[in-house]
Amino acid sequence: MMENIIHDYLRPKKSFPHVWCPGCGDGIVLNAMVRAIHSLGKSKDEVVFVSGIGCSSRAPAYTDFSSLHGIHGRALPFATGIKLANPKLTVVVFSGDGDALAIGGNHFIHACRRNIDITVVVINNNIYGMTGGQASPTMPTGAYGATAPYGNLDRPFDVCKLAAAAGANYVARATAFQFFQLEKCIKEGIEKKGFSVIEAVTPCPSLYSFFNNTGRGVDMLKKLRDRAVTTQKAATLSPAELEDKIVTGVFANENFREYCAGYAELVEKAERSKKNEESL
Amino acid sequence: MEKSKTFLFVKKNWCKKCGICVEFCPKGVFKLGKDGYPEIVALDKCVECKLCISLCPDFAIFSNPEKKKDYEDR
Repeated sequence: MMENIIHDYLRPKKSFPHVWCPGCGDGIVLNAMVRAIHSLGKSKDEVVFVSGIGCSSRAPAYTDFSSLHGIHGRALPFATGIKLANPKLTVVVFSGDGDALAIGGNHFIHACRRNIDITVVVINNNIYGMTGGQASPTMPTGAYGATAPYGNLDRPFDVCKLAAAAGANYVARATAFQFFQLEKCIKEGIEKKGFSVIEAVTPCPSLYSFFNNTGRGVDMLKKLRDRAVTTQKAATLSPAELEDKIVTGVFANENFREYCAGYAELVEKAERSKKNEESL
Repeated sequence: MEKSKTFLFVKKNWCKKCGICVEFCPKGVFKLGKDGYPEIVALDKCVECKLCISLCPDFAIFSNPEKKKDYEDR
């Protein structure tokens, strides 16, 4: 019998339905994350679920893990502190595109550089959904938003390239429609020692659709399904063919030294040198 | 061995009528009702691919009868 595991992990006293709009991908990504954690056999107390501010960052309020709903863009500093204080915990961060790349952009690249064992799920809906549809750092050039009434002039960030270049150990991308791939990526990211970034491309059927006329959640999910190509297939396509595509798959799978392990070594080294000084 | 009986239930007060289950079910188990909520019309065709319970963003589809009982008054 198939079972919907998410119901075991919902917060008992929280009232439902949740705040996300009809057809929003955030619920799908949360479901994928919960299933990934369930398949790893982790208990609710072993997992800390951290988020900042934004639509997607409401997720920790609905799930029954140890959770922290922090301040805008600062989910990663909080998560770094939690992980360093107790390296046995599994720390998962949910962050929107604006939260991770604009308000917390500096924290994001430096967390990648630090390579601490945290898994970040960047939920990319190309717009600031909660505050009224302003242009976010991942909004495509030419798309419309509340602050881009004649089309967006800026180029969008490529989250995966950015994270890989900044030194994250594991970088992957999947769309909300590719549920099982997304679940697998999040699972691999949690298992991987070091900083893992998973970009989940989701539809925003309220505000992005309002400004760009992309239809309901169902239509946007179908579009995501048609636009997604694997990294293997993308290698055979020309840049012109790739223009409207979303390349999905694993972009980096490295084994750089993890920060907590390095920190433990450093503490040991410092204690040893202190002992040597005392014996002199 | 006899196939265990599939159970599916849509919790209406959690459902937001997005229509994802109706659209993406490969076997046409769901149909949009007159009130806009999905109705289960052909449960015997279900192949348990899990696509509906995975893609439902509102966690409104229950596949375990006991869970449905626990969540009845929420």
